Amino acid sequence: MSERQRADDQLSAVGSADGTAHGGVPKQREPGEVVAELDDLAVWFPTPAGVVRAVDGVSLRVRRGETLGLVGESGSGKSTTGLALLRLVDPTSGTVRVGGEDVTRWSRRRLRALRRRVAMVFQDPQASLDPRLTIGASIAEPLIVHRLTDGGAARRRRVDELLDMVGLRGDLADRHPHELSGGQRQRVGIARALAGEPDLIVLDEPIASLDLSVQAQIMNLLRRLQRDLGLTYLFIAHDLAAVEHMSDRMAVMYLGRIVESGTPAQIWRDPAHPYTAALLSAVPVADPQAERERRRIILSGDIPSPVDPPGGCRFRTRCPQARPECAETDPVLAEIDPDHRAACLFAKEAVRAMRSA
Amino acid sequence: MSEQTINHEGQLRRVLAALRRDPLALTGSLVLVVLVVVGVGGSWLAPSGINEVNVDQMLQPPSWAHPFGTDELGRDVLSRVMVAARVSLQVGLVSVGIALVVGATLGLFAGYYRGWLDNVLMRCMDVLFAFPVLLLAVAIVAVLGPGLVTAMVAIGVVYTPIFARVTRAGVLSVREQVFVRAAVSVGASDLRIMRRHVLPNIAAPLIVQTSLSLAFAILSEAALSFLGLGVQPPDPAWGRMLFDGRGFVTDAWWLGFFPGAAIFLTVLAFNLVGDALRDVLDPRQLTVSEARRSTA
Repeated sequence: MSERQRADDQLSAVGSADGTAHGGVPKQREPGEVVAELDDLAVWFPTPAGVVRAVDGVSLRVRRGETLGLVGESGSGKSTTGLALLRLVDPTSGTVRVGGEDVTRWSRRRLRALRRRVAMVFQDPQASLDPRLTIGASIAEPLIVHRLTDGGAARRRRVDELLDMVGLRGDLADRHPHELSGGQRQRVGIARALAGEPDLIVLDEPIASLDLSVQAQIMNLLRRLQRDLGLTYLFIAHDLAAVEHMSDRMAVMYLGRIVESGTPAQIWRDPAHPYTAALLSAVPVADPQAERERRRIILSGDIPSPVDPPGGCRFRTRCPQARPECAETDPVLAEIDPDHRAACLFAKEAVRAMRSA
Repeated sequence: MSEQTINHEGQLRRVLAALRRDPLALTGSLVLVVLVVVGVGGSWLAPSGINEVNVDQMLQPPSWAHPFGTDELGRDVLSRVMVAARVSLQVGLVSVGIALVVGATLGLFAGYYRGWLDNVLMRCMDVLFAFPVLLLAVAIVAVLGPGLVTAMVAIGVVYTPIFARVTRAGVLSVREQVFVRAAVSVGASDLRIMRRHVLPNIAAPLIVQTSLSLAFAILSEAALSFLGLGVQPPDPAWGRMLFDGRGFVTDAWWLGFFPGAAIFLTVLAFNLVGDALRDVLDPRQLTVSEARRSTA
């Protein structure tokens, strides 16, 4: 393989030298400070078929130094939620707060400054790098746009440093994206996201388009960078195992809403929402004995159209445990255990019933 | 920046290699090289002065002394054709330059911002586009008065809508690319995105359109000069010489033939090179050849 990055552990040395790279002062803010926050966010897109309610009432908080995982099927609105944090889509209603400031109605000019504080890594690293620019030029873009370095030599040094942080050789700076492998390109995408020293990095399915072996390398890189630089992530994925591996807290989305949130341990061991339980039952287990006993909960039908979501509980059309009440009431996200919330009228109870069925 | 030149060198090498492989394109390029040499050095290379009237030698057929013959005033046709090459090149370059700069700018803004700006700009372009090329050029010259400069402006205006359309079409597809969104996500301004990301990615169709338009611009200049609206006598221009020669077409064919052949060869050469460039640079063609390479 053409993955020419260094051995993983070499990076920790780079990371520790990075206190200077990140403005000379290591960031020391009290843990748990909210970096970004969505409050009852709705993002609707008008289409010829009707208004698509991509995101329809999502609230979440990302705290400094943590990884918040966001899982869901395609069409659940998880990517749109991520885009909203950079204000790359316009919210229909609700608020977006970054660093305590309400940025929901910021002008285009002010938003450019916001985009230094919130960075993004895209799913397809090939598509997200300009084919006409060299790797170095792509990574340097945030440095130029936000005037973070003085002159070409300093910029070049900083690009070298960023390449080193993501485990790429400095001489790749003069190459073009098509000369790199998929994993190397995603490392470049990560280096570009790091360039502005953002408070939050939105990782929009950063491993979904990579080979399995490369996926693990990229996840390890992301975790190491987080540990060394104190980064905060919103990790968006449809791969439950990856989210569990990466996240401190996670949220499950279905049809534009968060249906369950909690720690990966809580959700993995004790899912409270039937949708989460169904998703989990689809994850294969490495133990052959357990795998043989694994009961799959097969959901019938497709995800309903976000143009016309079902009334009452949005999941009721596919829920094996749907009851008459579910058509009447739209369940809110309610705390069922400390820090564990689910939007189901029969939280836990329905899951128990499904599993014994 | 060095990273830019590396890319362009690679591109340039590919273009040159492709031109060398294609015999038609090679011929076209050679004609263009000759044309440029003659256009730049015409007045020094020409065997005699363009306005050297010699009444004893009038209407001489082609001979060793006058390979293209002489006209009704005994002037050397070869010399006049050579010096006129400069006018044609000048008009072509300047008018296409105007069309490229104005058209690409309008198309860039229209395609990038869409909305009412797009509507207003492109409807104006449609209006210009609706007129027959020559009719519009004649109308503009009629308003501004005949002459070399007004001919350039008129032809430039006439070809602006094509560039606006080609640019806008390219911008519309490029602006939906993820790398443009990525540039927005790092906080790049609209102007920066247009300059650094959009324009370089639509350069290929613009280069092709430029070389093809040069052919048509030179043809238009010949037509304007033929109608007496371009270069004014006694300065030579191919179109004008064609017009002057039309009265002698039965007994002095060389008066019209040689300027006509010059127009023909020049337009053909620009078209051949333009077609070859399209083959190399057009993104769709590129994916086909890439696909062929990857399956081979």
